[in-house]
Amino acid sequence: MAVQELPGVRQFIHCDPKACVGCGLCVYACADEKLGHYEVARSRIRLARKEPHDRAPLALTLSCRACADVPCVVACRSEGSLVIDPETGIPHVMPQACTGCGWCVPACRFGVIAVNPVTKVVEICDLCEGREEGPACVQVCPKDALSVATRAVISQRCRNTTPGKRVDELGQSHIGTTG
Amino acid sequence: MYCYAGRILRVDLDAERSRIESIGEATLNRYLGGVGLGVRLLFDNSKPRVDPLGPDNVIVLANSVFSGTLMPATSKYAFVTKSPLTGLLGDSLSGSFFAQAMRHAGWDAIVITGRAKRPTYLFIDDDRVFFRNADKLWGMGCFDTEEAIRGQIDDEMVRVASIGPAGEKMVRYASVGNDKGRQAGRAGTGAVMGSKNLKAIALRGSRPIRVADRAEMFRLCLEYGQRSQGPATQQYRAPGTVGNVLILNEMGILPTRNFQTGVFEHAEAVSGERMMRSHTEKTLACAGCSIACEQVARANADPYQGARVSVDYESLFAMGPVCGVSSLDAIIKACDLCDRYGLDTLSAGVTIAWAMECFQRGILTRDSTGGLDLTWGNHEAVVALVDRIARREPGLGDLLAEGTKRASEKVGQGSETFAMNVKGLELAGYEPRGLQTYALGIAVSPRGACHNRAPGYEPDMAGNADRFQADPGRGGMLRELEDFTAVMDSLMICKFLCKCFNDFWTEGAHLYTVATGLPMTASALRQTGERVMNLKKAFNIREGWTAADDWLPDRLFDDPLPEGAGAGAVVSREGLRTMIQAYYKARGWTSEGLIPAGKFMELELGDLVEHLGDLVPREAGV
Repeated sequence: MAVQELPGVRQFIHCDPKACVGCGLCVYACADEKLGHYEVARSRIRLARKEPHDRAPLALTLSCRACADVPCVVACRSEGSLVIDPETGIPHVMPQACTGCGWCVPACRFGVIAVNPVTKVVEICDLCEGREEGPACVQVCPKDALSVATRAVISQRCRNTTPGKRVDELGQSHIGTTG
Repeated sequence: MYCYAGRILRVDLDAERSRIESIGEATLNRYLGGVGLGVRLLFDNSKPRVDPLGPDNVIVLANSVFSGTLMPATSKYAFVTKSPLTGLLGDSLSGSFFAQAMRHAGWDAIVITGRAKRPTYLFIDDDRVFFRNADKLWGMGCFDTEEAIRGQIDDEMVRVASIGPAGEKMVRYASVGNDKGRQAGRAGTGAVMGSKNLKAIALRGSRPIRVADRAEMFRLCLEYGQRSQGPATQQYRAPGTVGNVLILNEMGILPTRNFQTGVFEHAEAVSGERMMRSHTEKTLACAGCSIACEQVARANADPYQGARVSVDYESLFAMGPVCGVSSLDAIIKACDLCDRYGLDTLSAGVTIAWAMECFQRGILTRDSTGGLDLTWGNHEAVVALVDRIARREPGLGDLLAEGTKRASEKVGQGSETFAMNVKGLELAGYEPRGLQTYALGIAVSPRGACHNRAPGYEPDMAGNADRFQADPGRGGMLRELEDFTAVMDSLMICKFLCKCFNDFWTEGAHLYTVATGLPMTASALRQTGERVMNLKKAFNIREGWTAADDWLPDRLFDDPLPEGAGAGAVVSREGLRTMIQAYYKARGWTSEGLIPAGKFMELELGDLVEHLGDLVPREAGV
C-alpha cells in the first residue's frame, strides 16, 4: 500500500538536498537514456550546485517538479502540444503539435524545459516512462538522493525524519509523529 | 573515434594565436591521456633546460579519456609543466567540471606556449579561442576570479581554472584552482601561469560525447558506483581523508612540529572525527564522482568565524600538526586563505613549519620575522604568514615564497638539515622513518616528496611490509606501485577508486575498450605504466637530474623518532642506498639511475635515445 493521495496528484523526481553530493552523474545518465550520448545541455535533469563560501554549499538536481498549476501548459502557444497524462500525471509532448516556440521555457520556474535544437520539439522529464528499471537518474544516483515521489510522500518523509529525529534525541520517542 | 577527440589545441600567448592539430589513435593508445599524454607533449614541445618561470616553459593540460562519461571518479585533467619548485617534472591533477567541459569542447590536450604581454585570460568556447584582457582580474583570489569570468561571459556553465595572487607573484608553490575549491595543487603550476601573465583558462563545450559500448558503460557506472559505497572507500566518505589524523598518530607517524616527532598531543582536537562533529557542513563530490570525499568545513570561533573550505587530510596536516597548531578553526581559516590565494597548502604549511623551527633554534628571531612570534602552535602567526607568502611581502613572506629548499640555502646555519623536501618539493603528511617503502618512494619519485606518485605508505600501513625495516625487496614493490599509479594518473581514475577493482589491469583494460572501442589488454596497460614512468624519468634526466637528487633530508637519517609507536625509528643511509639500487635494478636502469637504450626501445620510446644523446648509456651497466 502507499500513501493515500488526493486525486490528480502527480509523481516527479525528487532530490534530497541533504543526500545530494553534486556529482552530476544523473545528468549524464539522463542524456544517455534519452539521447544515446552524453550532452549536458539537453539532459532533462540538471545540476544546481552553489558554493558561495559565505553561506553553506548547496547541491541539488532539478527536473520537472509537476507543478499543480502547470505554468508550462498555460503558457503553451500551440494548443494540444503539452498534455498532462490524466492517469500518470506525466507531461507528454505531442511532436506534431509542438512548434518549438519555446514559451514554456521561461514559464518553467525551475528551468528544466529545453527545446531540442534538431527536432525543434520541447523536451521534459517523463520519468523514463516505460523503462523497466524506472528512471535512469534514480538508478545511477550513488547516494540514493533521488526518488520518484509525490508531494504527499515527501512531506510524510520529512515529518518522519526531521522532527521525529529531534524527538528521539530528547528521549521522548513515544511522542513520535502520526505520519 | 569514441571519447577521444583526436585533437589538440595549441595556444601561443606571444602571438595571441591558436591552432588545431590532430593527434592519432596510436599516440593516444600509447599514452592514454592525463599524465602520460601530458608528459609526452611537454617533452616534445619544450626545449631542454629552460627557466621554469621564463617564456620558454610550456603548459600542457591533458584530459582523462573518461571525462564527461558515466564512469565515476574519472573526470580529471592533468596540468603538466616544468616545476619552478623542483626544476624537474611538475604534474598536478584535479578532479573537476573543468575536465568535463574540456572534453565537451573537444580537446584531448591543450598546449600553451609563450608569454602574454599583459594580464590575459583565455576563453576557449568549443573551437573558438579568445585572448581576453585580465587587468581587472589581476589581484583577485581564485573564487572571485571564477565568478567574475562567469559574469563577464554571462554563462554559469563556463568552467574556470585560475590563479590567485600567489600565482601572479610567482610563489614557487602557487596552485591552480578550479570549481571553487579543487586544485591542481602541487609543484608550482600556478607560478608558471603567473609567469606567463595568464590569469585563467575558461572553457565551455557543447559537443556530445559518445562511448563505444553504451549499455556496458551504463552497467559499469552502476557496478563501480555500488562498489564505491562499500568498505573499500568507507574512510574517504566519512569522516573523509581527515580520518587519517588519529590513525597516523596512533602509529606514531603523524609528522608534528616540522617532523621533530610523529605524535601530536592535540591530535584528538584536530581529528577528522572532531571536525565531522563540530565543523563539517556538507559533503560534496568532484564532478562525476560517486565517492564524494570533499568535506566542507566552517570555522565557528572568532577571529576565524565564517571561513569555509573543504579540508582534506594533507591540508589539515600542513596547517595543523606540522606547525603544532591545535585549533580546527585556525586550520580551516588557513586552508581557506590558501585556496583563495592559490597556494599549495602542503608546501605552504611545511615551509612555515621550517620557519618555526628556525625560530625555535634562534636562527630566525622577531627581528627577522617582521615581529611575528613563530612559537609552535601560534596559529595567528601561521595565518599571517599564509597571507605574507601569497603576497610575497618583503622579508619573511618573500623568503618563504621560495620554498624550503631555496629558503634554507639562503638562511643556512644548519637549517638545510631540517628543510623537509625532496628535490625541492615539500614532504606530505606521512612520517618516512616509520614507513620505509614510502621513504624509498619519495626519495626516487620524479616529482619529489609526493605521496600521490609514490604511494609506498600503502604496503607499509597495511602491514604487507615491515614498516621500520629497509630491505631490497622494496625496489620491486615500489616499481609495481609506481607503474600502477602512472596508469591511474594517465587514465585519470581517482586513486580513491583503486580498491574498488578486483583485478585492476584486466578491469582497466576492459573499461578503456568499452569507452574508446580501441583494443587494450592487461599486459599492454601494465607496459604503459612502465612507459609513462620511464618517460617522466627521461624528462628529468634531460633537465639535469642526477642520482644525488634521489635522496632524503638529513633529519630522517640523524634524528630518531623520539616517542610513540615509532620511537627510535630512523631511515638508515645504507638501507636507503640498498633500496635505491634495488629499485634501479627492478626498473632495468643503471646503477646511476640512468635509462639504457635497450629499455627505451623495449617501451617504444626509441626516439628519445637520439633526443637525449649522451645522457643515454649505451650498455646497461647494472
